[in-house]
Amino acid sequence: MNDTSPMGVPATGLAQSAISARGLVKTFGKLRAVDGIDLDVPRGMIFAILGPNGAGKTTLMRMLATLSRPDAGSATVMGHDLVQAPHEVRAAIAMTGQFASLDEDLTGRENLVLLARLWGFRGRAAKARADDLLAAFGLSEAATKQVRDYSGGMRRRLDIAASLIVTPGVLFLDEPTTGLDPNARKDVWGMIRGLAEAGVTILLTTQYLEEADQLAARIAVIDHGRKIAEGTSRELKAATGSGFLHVALADVARLDQAATILERRLEHPVQRSAEGAELSVLAGTPKAANEALADLVAAGIELSDFSMGQPSLEEVFFALTGQPSLGESRKDDTP
Amino acid sequence: MIDATSLQRLQRVARPRTPSALSNALVFGWRAVLKFKHVPEQLFDLVMTPIMFTLLFTFVFGGALAGSPGEYLQFFLPGILVQTVVFNAVYSGMGLSTDLGKGLFDRFRSLPIWSLSPFAGLMVGDILRHLIAASIILAIGLILGYRPEAGILGVLAAFAMLIAIGFGMGWVFIVLGLLIRTPTTVMTLGFTFLFPLVFASNIMVDPGTMPDWLRAFVEVNPVSLMTTALRGLMGGGATLSQVVLALIAPVALTAILAPTTLWLYLRR
Repeated sequence: MNDTSPMGVPATGLAQSAISARGLVKTFGKLRAVDGIDLDVPRGMIFAILGPNGAGKTTLMRMLATLSRPDAGSATVMGHDLVQAPHEVRAAIAMTGQFASLDEDLTGRENLVLLARLWGFRGRAAKARADDLLAAFGLSEAATKQVRDYSGGMRRRLDIAASLIVTPGVLFLDEPTTGLDPNARKDVWGMIRGLAEAGVTILLTTQYLEEADQLAARIAVIDHGRKIAEGTSRELKAATGSGFLHVALADVARLDQAATILERRLEHPVQRSAEGAELSVLAGTPKAANEALADLVAAGIELSDFSMGQPSLEEVFFALTGQPSLGESRKDDTP
Repeated sequence: MIDATSLQRLQRVARPRTPSALSNALVFGWRAVLKFKHVPEQLFDLVMTPIMFTLLFTFVFGGALAGSPGEYLQFFLPGILVQTVVFNAVYSGMGLSTDLGKGLFDRFRSLPIWSLSPFAGLMVGDILRHLIAASIILAIGLILGYRPEAGILGVLAAFAMLIAIGFGMGWVFIVLGLLIRTPTTVMTLGFTFLFPLVFASNIMVDPGTMPDWLRAFVEVNPVSLMTTALRGLMGGGATLSQVVLALIAPVALTAILAPTTLWLYLRR
């Protein structure tokens, strides 16, 4: 009863890092899906891997979860070597993949009892464990329904519950909120924060900037199999520069004209928001921003709002990769 | 909704002792049994074709082939049992291919369990399916007038042989399920490969009237060897060499494909 540390922590405690990776490489034919990535994730942290589709996020995570063998490089997870001691790594981790890793034909309760038995809970203890998890995740009423009848949000909750049969040292979450509606997404975020508070190290991949911004203490930005930046959300934004000018137009039809004017005056690429009527651009100084606004007024373009401030993570990503956005519309990010 | 307090409470349960490989395998076997409970219609797929074959061959072709439907059923029933088990193996390959596509096996692979235990569980499910399907066919045969001359012991020996056949064939489709992403391709490929084996055999007719080149194939076809042994076991008069010949294919398949399965699975 006095053991409140995560059960996956090895007794030695040599490594303070939950995850420590050096030069990880995974190739598929000619494609270098992961091309030499170093990663250090301290214990108890929420760490996000941010990148567009096909950047290598999932491949990196699958290697760290022993599902895929690295072609080069090495890594330890909770102090155990990935290649030398995969069984010990597995005993210290849990993974919730991108696609629900549940048996659709079985009920929610049966799924959890099955996994509890695989972890070594016997008979009544396995059932009790399943019921406790179902209760904690608000699934008691759906316990005897087949998983095929669950909503997307319920599935994701059950999937995460299934990763907590034995509390892992590290929990891997591959795009935990992809495909969820805004309310379900908020639920999952709350769950992730709760787990981190309880001492579980969490490594999550995401293509949603807002998700990384909201949840993660540190963010690694990955593109084409390489890590192109790492830091706190604040550090990443500061490195891109402050002094971003954000304007919102009263008339969406004049967006192109406004973008051309801003680009000419400030000599930086203009970033359009997914919503359509907003533009952001690095202005540098308030003086330069003032001049640019004056140009807009001179051209007869009416603004509904403007502000000066830090870049959004989307702008950071744009500055780092030269790609305008992360593939999917950001709209559904904000409930 | 989940909060830090309830999570901390969940964490206070002591980590259980690592279970044995056998215990892991039995849990996967339990999963197979649960599938019968939740998806009983799978049995319908499994037995409908053999039931239709039995009725069709007995009543439509039986008289012409063997003089009377009754006499033909006596010849045909052990063969249709072999056919049922061989074809049923395709469904477990499809099931595996479906499971692998959904990420369920990623969860299993990230657990600290015996690597082969999910497959051992699949085999348990297969064997149960074979036993259920074979019992239903046999029951229908008995109603139609089939009589196993070797009695209960002969039937039990025949069922043991069917389990061995199903076990061997199961590995073929586990390997296919691991290699092929789409369940329907597993099915198409499986039946393409099995049709010549099942129809160019002695299941439906005595190969005596076939052309020499075909008869040469039929006589070494493992499905024929299995059918001959099963007829002997159920009808009496099985020889040791018949039984040994029938078991060559299942034993060889297991010896080659069980390690292949492990290799393919861990390599993924």
